[in-house]
Amino acid sequence: MTLWLTLAVNSIAFGGLLFLLSAGFSLIFGLMRIPNLMHGSFFMLGAYFGVTLLAVGANFWVAALASALAMAIIGSGVERLLLRRLAGQELAQVLLTLGLSFIVSDLCLMIWTGDPWQPLAPAELRGIVRAGGMIFPLYRLAVVVIAVAVAVVLWLMIDWTRLGAMIRAGVDDAPIARVVGIRVSRLFTLIFALGAALAAFAGVVGSPILSVYPGLDADMLPLALIVVILGGSGSLLGALVGSFLIGFLYNFGQARFPDLAYVILFLPMLLILVLRPQGLFGKGGA
Amino acid sequence: MKVQLTRRVPARHAAFGFALFGLTTVPLWVGNSYYIDVASQILLFAVFALALNVLVGYGGLVSLGHAGLFAVSGYTAGLMLQAGFGHAAAGVGAVSITLLTSAAFAVLALRATGIGFLMITLALGQILWGIAYRWADLTNGDNGISISTRPAPFGISLAGAPSFYYATLVVFLLALATMAAFVRSPFGASLCGTRDQARRMTALGYNVWLIRFLAFLFSGLWCSIAGLLYLYNKQFISPQVSALQASAEVLLMVISGGTATLLGPIAGAAIVVVMKYVVSAYVVRWNLVLGVIFVAIISFMPEGLVPGSVRIWGFTRRRWRAIRPGRKPPPGAPP
Amino acid sequence: MTALSVSGLTKSFGGLRVTNGVDLTVEPGERRLIIGPNGAGKTTLFNLITGELAPDTGTIALFGRDITRTACRRRAHLGMARTYQIITLFPRDTILRNVVLALLGLSGLRWNPLIGLDRQRHLATRAGEALARVGLSHIADRPLAETSYGERRRVEIAMAMAQNPKVLLLDEPFAGLSIDERRDVRQLLAAIPRDVTVVMIEHNMDVALDLADRITLLHFGEVIVEGTRAEVVADPRSREVYLGE
Repeated sequence: MTLWLTLAVNSIAFGGLLFLLSAGFSLIFGLMRIPNLMHGSFFMLGAYFGVTLLAVGANFWVAALASALAMAIIGSGVERLLLRRLAGQELAQVLLTLGLSFIVSDLCLMIWTGDPWQPLAPAELRGIVRAGGMIFPLYRLAVVVIAVAVAVVLWLMIDWTRLGAMIRAGVDDAPIARVVGIRVSRLFTLIFALGAALAAFAGVVGSPILSVYPGLDADMLPLALIVVILGGSGSLLGALVGSFLIGFLYNFGQARFPDLAYVILFLPMLLILVLRPQGLFGKGGA
Repeated sequence: MKVQLTRRVPARHAAFGFALFGLTTVPLWVGNSYYIDVASQILLFAVFALALNVLVGYGGLVSLGHAGLFAVSGYTAGLMLQAGFGHAAAGVGAVSITLLTSAAFAVLALRATGIGFLMITLALGQILWGIAYRWADLTNGDNGISISTRPAPFGISLAGAPSFYYATLVVFLLALATMAAFVRSPFGASLCGTRDQARRMTALGYNVWLIRFLAFLFSGLWCSIAGLLYLYNKQFISPQVSALQASAEVLLMVISGGTATLLGPIAGAAIVVVMKYVVSAYVVRWNLVLGVIFVAIISFMPEGLVPGSVRIWGFTRRRWRAIRPGRKPPPGAPP
Repeated sequence: MTALSVSGLTKSFGGLRVTNGVDLTVEPGERRLIIGPNGAGKTTLFNLITGELAPDTGTIALFGRDITRTACRRRAHLGMARTYQIITLFPRDTILRNVVLALLGLSGLRWNPLIGLDRQRHLATRAGEALARVGLSHIADRPLAETSYGERRRVEIAMAMAQNPKVLLLDEPFAGLSIDERRDVRQLLAAIPRDVTVVMIEHNMDVALDLADRITLLHFGEVIVEGTRAEVVADPRSREVYLGE
């Protein structure tokens, strides 16, 4: 019984991390119509950046936010200097992000070598919580709270601010949004940077749980892809639901069918692609 | 527009003749059997690239999962050989299973075009990688599968590098011939039509889905043959072969050489294979180089290295002519 | 038996009803002009007739045969051909090859992966004839990218005519043409034999008026007026539609 419970808690925590990763991916896909194949790279690079700061004594949250900021800068650079040159050629943009992901992956290997880094959770969040006669690791619960908090902030931004309205307009119909005066190219840069920042933040927050190692990007990207295809692009609710679904599927799959866990992950995605290409909550077609 | 060398021999045919002569004599002027093996690899990856180009160049469908098909073929043959089957059976088994897999890929991926197609093929390729890597009971996981012998068609042993090279050359030329026929055929024209104006093709009476499906199978067929050649060349196969990076490499071969011709993927395969060897020998960080080249080509020469270089060369010459004083360009030449 | 018969056709996109209960009956050999202001749903009607769009309700019949559920590609084989408002030709090919592709669509040869397409003389000859009929023989080997807009409009017509259709649907064949080019195209269309039924969309009345036997006026997806040239021109509702309520 406790095994299942532990698995459940781990799944929810993992789902929370996935949400932080996928929210950005979903926004980028919804607005710019490209699956950002370097999203895993932002996660990994952000995580490496964060743990490096931690190693020199920085506060955990400062490291997480600084890393997010750094990736936001890199992300806006990539969008402004490289992606924008290929405006309108989505296929080329996707391949560009693929090429960049290879570059980042090797650079990380060169800079941080092959040994995994696993920092400790922030001091105030180490330890356990007792509730209802059961034991829960405090940090994992904290991750869930953080994910939900970020979800709320994002939701407020998108549904209640003018910026959010522009983003929604861009997701619905970018050409028309341009026509009514919305600076869609600026939005692109903003969303790409935001996505990178969220991914980096997720990488640092997740590092005490997942650790940071070469290949982390290749492990996380397919998950973001699956979550967004399942939940629908451009939909935060879809990313939320999808993340927790996949979190559960992944953890339980690993526990019960370790050989096929990877395959099990993709099956719901394939099913959705075939039956309902716009995802569970998405709008329009991919 | 043919340039005639003599009354009867167009330059293009002469060039092809020289290339053919060069290819058939490789083992003679390349002494080292290691490099002869590299030459074999160039040829087998050229077949792989040509197969991918059927979809990318002629069908307008970019796949990031083709390494999965390549790997399915190699793994099927490897597993069958390990189980005691003969080479002929392993070959037939590999091609059949790969064709079935290609059909499954096609049915799923052709639900979409463009980015959707790309994502579905990426996911399918990843599934196959996941099986190769994680289902160790079946595939031996990261340890891969080794085979001990190469086939001996008509009693000729292919154990040595030169003889294997010639066998690969024969297969390559066969692939080239079928590709050339395909491209010039009505079916090839239909496929190109679906790339350019899918909606109009339907209104003209073509079955666009079926055309793409059959093209996928044709592509899968040659992927499987390339995969077999790979297995026999290295006598080993591992999950790396099905990874996203491998799909990206073969895509790079296609786009670096240019998708519009038959020569493009062949040139691209030569470029990428040679570069991979050179880089690995000196620098070790192949991923980085792969990524940089990808980014450079997509940003600056999307039509391919060969056409792109020609374009940039022409541009540079014109700018040079514009700056240089005095010299008048010959009549009829562009300013 | 009517050539083309449409009954109760409706199509909505989301909340917007683009085609609203359209009935249309075209006799064999007739020249029918469908007019209406922009947004009237003319091209959508065409897309429904050719099968590129599926209707929500209603039926379509071609020479008495119900084709409502027939796939778009089959309708070409049943004798339907169309041109497009926005030019959709094959940009990397020559004009001749464009017409050959149109011919190939109806031929079993299109599945053949072995023979050379350029060697099929009979296709090239028929394509050449189609081009001659639209006055483009002299540039048959020119790549499409090097042709003018007016020439491309004529290639569209050549492609449609090359398929020897029984029903020819022309979507704004005069769009974007100069006065001289319009005159040429009008001559072309007037020369189409009467065994081909022609249905044409135009949103500019003057240009196509004298080519039409009967005219159907569409507005907001509905048939407002239908009748002979004289009847439609005289009807006060026509002026209302064009000059605004």
